[in-house]
Formats: sequence, C-alpha cells, structure tokens
Amino acid sequence: MTARGRVLLKTTVWLVALAPLVALGYWIWTDDLTANPISFITNTLGDWTLRLLLASLAMTPLRIVVGLGWPITLRRLLGLFAFFYALLHFGVWIVVDHFFAWREMAADIAKRPYITVGVTALTLLIPLAVTSTAGMIRRLGGRNWRRLHRLAYATGVLAILHFLWLAKVGRKDQYVYAAILVGLLGIRIWDVARRRLLARRRALAVSTVGAMSPRLSGPTDIC
Amino acid sequence: MLIRQAPRFRSSEITDEALSLNRRAFMIGAAAVLVGGSTAVAATPPAKDPAPLAATPNPGYRLADPPTKYESATTYNNFYEFGVNKDDPARLAGTLRPRPWSIAVEGLVAKPKTFDIEELLKLAALEERVYALRCVEGWSMVIPWIGYPLAALLKRVEPTSAAKYVEFHTLKDPEQFPAQRKGIFNLGGLDWPYVEGLRLDEAQHPLALLTFGMYGRVLPNQNGAPIRVVVPWKYGFKSAKSIVRIRLVSEEPKTAWNKAASSEYGFYSNVNPQVDHPRWSQATERRIGEFRRRPTLPFNGYADQVASLYAGMDLRKFY
Repeated sequence: MTARGRVLLKTTVWLVALAPLVALGYWIWTDDLTANPISFITNTLGDWTLRLLLASLAMTPLRIVVGLGWPITLRRLLGLFAFFYALLHFGVWIVVDHFFAWREMAADIAKRPYITVGVTALTLLIPLAVTSTAGMIRRLGGRNWRRLHRLAYATGVLAILHFLWLAKVGRKDQYVYAAILVGLLGIRIWDVARRRLLARRRALAVSTVGAMSPRLSGPTDIC
Repeated sequence: MLIRQAPRFRSSEITDEALSLNRRAFMIGAAAVLVGGSTAVAATPPAKDPAPLAATPNPGYRLADPPTKYESATTYNNFYEFGVNKDDPARLAGTLRPRPWSIAVEGLVAKPKTFDIEELLKLAALEERVYALRCVEGWSMVIPWIGYPLAALLKRVEPTSAAKYVEFHTLKDPEQFPAQRKGIFNLGGLDWPYVEGLRLDEAQHPLALLTFGMYGRVLPNQNGAPIRVVVPWKYGFKSAKSIVRIRLVSEEPKTAWNKAASSEYGFYSNVNPQVDHPRWSQATERRIGEFRRRPTLPFNGYADQVASLYAGMDLRKFY
C-alpha cells in the first residue's frame, strides 16, 4: 500500500471513530438524547467501545483469512480508540451517573459481576495502551510484547460478558457481538492449531528424511 | 412520601408538552436550515394527541413532586409487545386499536361479566391521581393518572371466598402488537399474553388504580391504552397494560417476568431499596428529568399505606 493510501485509510478510521462523539455532541445541543440522557450516553459509549474493540481484534483474522496485510496497520489506532471510548464510558458512569459516590461505586464493582468484568476489561486495556508505542515494542521485545498484547482477547471476552450480563431479557444484539467475538477467536485458534500442525509435520518430515540421509538435513541446519 | 397536602402545581402546569414540542419542532427546523441551507422549515408535525378525558383531581393522592414531562412519559416506555427498546412503543404503537374494546372479568366471582370499555369508563367517578412510577431498571417518573380504584370493579363482580389472587391479561394479537409475531430469533423472550397478578387484598387496596388516562387525556397507545392498572408501590412491570381479561383465581398467578427470570422478578416485586435486583442495586433511582440520582423509598414512598399488607412477611424471600 502506498503512503497516500495509508494516510487515507487512517483518516477514515479517525473520522468513523469520532463520528459517534460528534453525533452525541449534536444531540446534546439539540436536547435530543431521549428522556434518559445519561443512560443513552452511557449505552452509546459502551456500544462504540465494543465495536472498536472488536474491529481491532478483527484485523489479524482478516490477514489470516483474506491474506490482506494492510488491516494490521489499523489495529493500534482502533485499539486506542476502543480504550478512549472505554474511558469515556467509565468516566460518564463515575461523574454523571454516580457523581463521585465512591463508596456506592466500589460496592457495585465488588458486588455486580457485570460491573466487575467491565472494570477489569478497562484495567487490562491500560497496559496495552501504554505499551502501544514503537518505543515500548522495542523495549519489551517483540516476543514479550506479543505475549502481553494477547490480553486484548481477554478484554474482548470480558467486555462481551459485561454486555451479556447487563442486557435484559428479550434483547438480542448482545448475542450478535458475542458471535462475532467467538468467530474472531475461532479463527485465531484455528490458525495457531494449523501452524503447529504444519510445524510438526515439517519437523517430522525433516527428522525422517534426515535419519535416512543425513546430508539432506543440511539446509535446516543452516537456518 | 407527601400526600394529603395542598397541590404545589396547577393542572395547567402539568401539560407543558406543547412547549417542548414547539422547541423540538424549532430545533428540527433549525437543523434543516443548517443542513439544507433552505429557508423552508421542514418541521414534522407532532403526533396526534389523544382526546381529553375529564376527571376530578383527588388531592388525597397527589405526590408533591413535579410531574414528568408528557413528552418523556410518552416516548420512554417499556412495552415489550412493541419491542424491547424504550422508543419502540412510541414509534410502533399506531397498530394498536383501543376501540372497540372489551374486558372480561371472570373466574371465582359471583357475577362474571364482559364490560365494554365505554361502560367501564362510567362505572365509577374518574379521578386524577399523581403517583410516582418506579421502574425495576432504576428510573422513575411522576405521572398524573386518570381512573378509579380497581376495588370498584372487583366489588361489582363479587369475588367468591375462594378468590385469593387477581390475574391481568394483556391483549394477545400479533397484528396489533408487532413483537408478538413469531420470528426465527424468538428465543428467550416473554410468553404472550403478558400476564400479571396481585393478591386480592393488594388489588382491593385504594391505591391500586384502574386507569384510563393520563395528563388530562385518554391513555396513549404506548402507555397501555385503553385500560391498564397502576400499582404505584410495586415496580412498573406489575402494572399490566392494554388489559382484555381480569381473572379471579385461588392460586398465585404465573406472571410473565417471573416465568422469564424468576430469580430476578418475584411475584410481589414491591419497590424496596433494601432488596437488590440480582444484577444491580435498587438503593437509588434516576428521576427522569433530574440529574442526580435520588434514594429509592420503601414501597416507592407508599409504605404508610401498604406496609401493613405485608406484616410478618420476609420481604427478602417474597421479593
């Protein structure tokens, strides 16, 4: 992909990711946030946290399945936007919904499973956001960094649980989000299994061939 | 809960929806001008308001808090027959036909009878009562209802000594209630018809209101037209809407939400800040139109009048 293409792509992500905030701002201005504005704002921010989180988690599977390389360059941006929306979502809960009633909120975090997992998901996103810079990747080393950033899947699972546990009977969209996450996780697991299998076959082939004719194992030794 | 005190607002102050609709129309028009650059104001006309319904204010049942805006009370509703979203009822309620309408009152009664809605409207004098409405989801409203005590209707059909509970059935008609249509993804919802119930002494309590209108008008479809009950000391879902059948029975009715999630919604479902919903606290509520949460009161502020109904009962067990 060309440099111009990358800029265009990232600009699009910025615009799409900020559009919900602009819409919320417009609805605040026009007093059009339903009869329960606080609940509406909290839910909208939560929806977009989840959408952006799933979008960032979809980038690697896209490469695996479709073979596209460029989506991976959007993963960090989408992940950081998900974190941004999660902070706003949590911030509204603290400031607007409960107005700094710390004891009440602490009790809710401890007692309500959907809040417990939500807060845990947000907490897990913090180290991921902090280590999202190129400098941090270098400092941690690629292997450690990748291991740490597998937490993104844990936050995905927790965020989905948060939604499943708070959604009321009769609602359905939470299952759609859950199905998407299961699909994305499934692709990753399938990919890991496939690669392990390939590696084992290769190792097996190499060792069998090698035993019969030691000289043929030469190239692998060089590697 | 403040009752039996001088009204703090005139009934003319209740209905401010005209103003808010004007503002909304103005905003939509302003947006159209901004977006389209045109001077034509493309304001959508407000939905036709229901007909006025005359009633005498009953100062004995007048909550001192200011009533919720009419616009909020008619656009932010839980009425699952139209859909699970709060705006579904207001958007989709046009399919409900509240006339003609009849209500069968039957079961363990000496004089079962099917009433026409017009006949029921004249059974007793219509009163206006301003009640608090607490939703189990943690929000509340203040609504001026129009109706008369449910007890008046029950007396007319003469419950037998075997009658211990009252069952309310909401209309089941997929043509009028879109969410009752069977879809592929109908799993895990409510069973239709929506059935609610009260103990007979609860139903006979003077606070339990057989309701035909609100805000000086006939009930809008999305609020349970043409006839519903309002049981202000219980969570909102106990107050069945668009009722077609009232049955007097001897066993505790199997109610809709109790069947759907029995650990979350008990038969009694009295408003109780001490007994949390399994998933969230019931200690506070957001009054629609207010910014800060306010503490939830036992029995929604009606403890003086109804607590005696539950004397000796463990309200944690009978939630």
